[in-house]
Amino acid sequence: MGVTERVIKPSVRRGIVLYAVLTAIACCALFPILWAVSGSLKNAGEVTAPTLIPAHPQWSNYREVFALMPFWRMFVNSVFYAGCVSIGQVFFCSLAGYAFARLRFRGRETLFVLYLGTLMVPLTVTVIPQFILMRIAGLTDTPWAMIVPGLFGSAFGTYLMRQFFRTLPDELEEAAILDGCSPWQIYWRILLPHAKPAAMVLAVLTWVNVWNDFLWPLLMIQRSSIATLTLGLVRMQGEYVNRWPVLMAASILILLPLLLVYSVAQRAFIRGIAVTGLGG
Amino acid sequence: MAPVTFEQATRRYPGAERPAVDRLDLSVGDGEFVVLVGPSGCGKTTSLRMIAGLETVDAGHIYIGARDVTDDDPKDRDVAMVFQNYALYPHMTVAQNMGFALKIARMPKAEIAERILDAARLLDLEPYLARKPKDLSGGQRQRVAMGRAIVRRPQVFLMDEPLSNLDAKLRVQTRNQIAGLQRRLGTTTVYVTHDQVEAMTMGDRVAVLRDGVLQQCAAPRELYRNPINMFVAEFIGSPAMNLLTLPVVDHSVEVGDWRIPLPRGITDTTGELVIGIRPEHLDIGGNGIEMQIAVVEELGADAYLYGRITGVDNALSQSVVARTDGHDPPPRGSRVRLQPQPAHVHFFALDGRRLP
Repeated sequence: MGVTERVIKPSVRRGIVLYAVLTAIACCALFPILWAVSGSLKNAGEVTAPTLIPAHPQWSNYREVFALMPFWRMFVNSVFYAGCVSIGQVFFCSLAGYAFARLRFRGRETLFVLYLGTLMVPLTVTVIPQFILMRIAGLTDTPWAMIVPGLFGSAFGTYLMRQFFRTLPDELEEAAILDGCSPWQIYWRILLPHAKPAAMVLAVLTWVNVWNDFLWPLLMIQRSSIATLTLGLVRMQGEYVNRWPVLMAASILILLPLLLVYSVAQRAFIRGIAVTGLGG
Repeated sequence: MAPVTFEQATRRYPGAERPAVDRLDLSVGDGEFVVLVGPSGCGKTTSLRMIAGLETVDAGHIYIGARDVTDDDPKDRDVAMVFQNYALYPHMTVAQNMGFALKIARMPKAEIAERILDAARLLDLEPYLARKPKDLSGGQRQRVAMGRAIVRRPQVFLMDEPLSNLDAKLRVQTRNQIAGLQRRLGTTTVYVTHDQVEAMTMGDRVAVLRDGVLQQCAAPRELYRNPINMFVAEFIGSPAMNLLTLPVVDHSVEVGDWRIPLPRGITDTTGELVIGIRPEHLDIGGNGIEMQIAVVEELGADAYLYGRITGVDNALSQSVVARTDGHDPPPRGSRVRLQPQPAHVHFFALDGRRLP
């Protein structure tokens, strides 16, 4: 017996424990989503029952979503807003990040710290003034209200891009200077192409933020022709209070594009997090 | 092609005690290959970057040809630089890297392609034109960096330690290639290195810098034979020149039964002075100083004997190195007598000045 007894190496044992813990955590994180998927397939009577697998999957719930809300209209709106803001963020944050990382000017560090300090001002403080500004500008209840505030960059995005640009060697820029590049050409032709991973991170994070944002569209938008999916979901919740399975189905449908964006961008995203030093 | 002239050029970094480059006067002739050499922090790279326009000139002037470029933008100076880490653009192919400056200058595409091809042929890079820098070996990257400079056909090449990232064998090979290429193209070249062998083998003239001050600029042979001070004497040549501090007694210096009369012009010197003898100018045998060999460095053709002087009562316990034939060098631990060749003894004052 002693001869055939299998000895498990300590490293293997550590691996087993680690993966067991990770699996448990992953299950906890995934459970709400699984619950929502499950709920979206139940019928009205079964939805409160503590079962994970519905007895008779109701695929019609999904069909009903499209009947009860102008899903595709709102989907296009959300994609458009998220796309515009993401492009704007990448463009303006990388420009500002380039300036803060590479150009030498007086008060650069102070200005940067001040700008970064705006991260500490909570949204709730700025939301009313921003609302008033939009009113004055006459942009409320127009698509512009969704795009303009986020278009011109953010402190976080600028910080992200600055950190990235700081990691590039000086010689790259000097070589470009000697090759005859203007500061704009250095940014556009040399540094920005390098910043793809970081730009990807910023774009994905921005996309998710705009996609999931609820408070701002709620304040800004009345017409359902320009509403976002989050607004649509909440309006549906108001009108069809007890249709939980359909609401669940709508939530899943709204979630899917995000999963798609993540999975497509996953590699670049992880690389970007590594190069910008955002990882813990 | 144009000469490059430093005129009292000074660079002082903010907050630094002394200038990085201190009133540098240096002329590089049209088509000449001048090497700036010195230990790290001597100002050689700063000087090079001043020509490129990447460093501000705080005082003095820099001329390229007859034109004062002191305050010109780098792009208006018509110089090309090869960086130590090559600074290739990673997202561009070899061809795009080489043609980038021309593209920025809005040169017609056909001409750009032609120039790239010419340079690629010159550097054996033709098969790699479509590759990205990350798919090239170190030597190939180095050649791309050269190619990027060559296609521009600039007035001046500036090279900042372009070989320091290559392995020893490749470095020797590339050293000869660069020197040969420069002679063929006839472009004025300023080359920075900390490696005195590179300096001696490549340059038409070599400028030795120390603490931002130009010590001497001369042809390699002249530099080797007539170093202007102790620093240059010690810096140029490998192994370094033997320097012995000795008291002057009766118009001569002596160690053991080895007596050297002071040459004309400095016979009045009193106190102490320093004599310098290169390892190859110490013959073994005969009269002279006795050395106990601590290390024998066999290089094949030659052998270097390292040891300490013994049998002398004064406090001369300096280490000495002598060259001998590599055929049958004396073993470690043995004692040999070293006899200097009188014609090749250098004299220096204690402050480092050459005497006479």
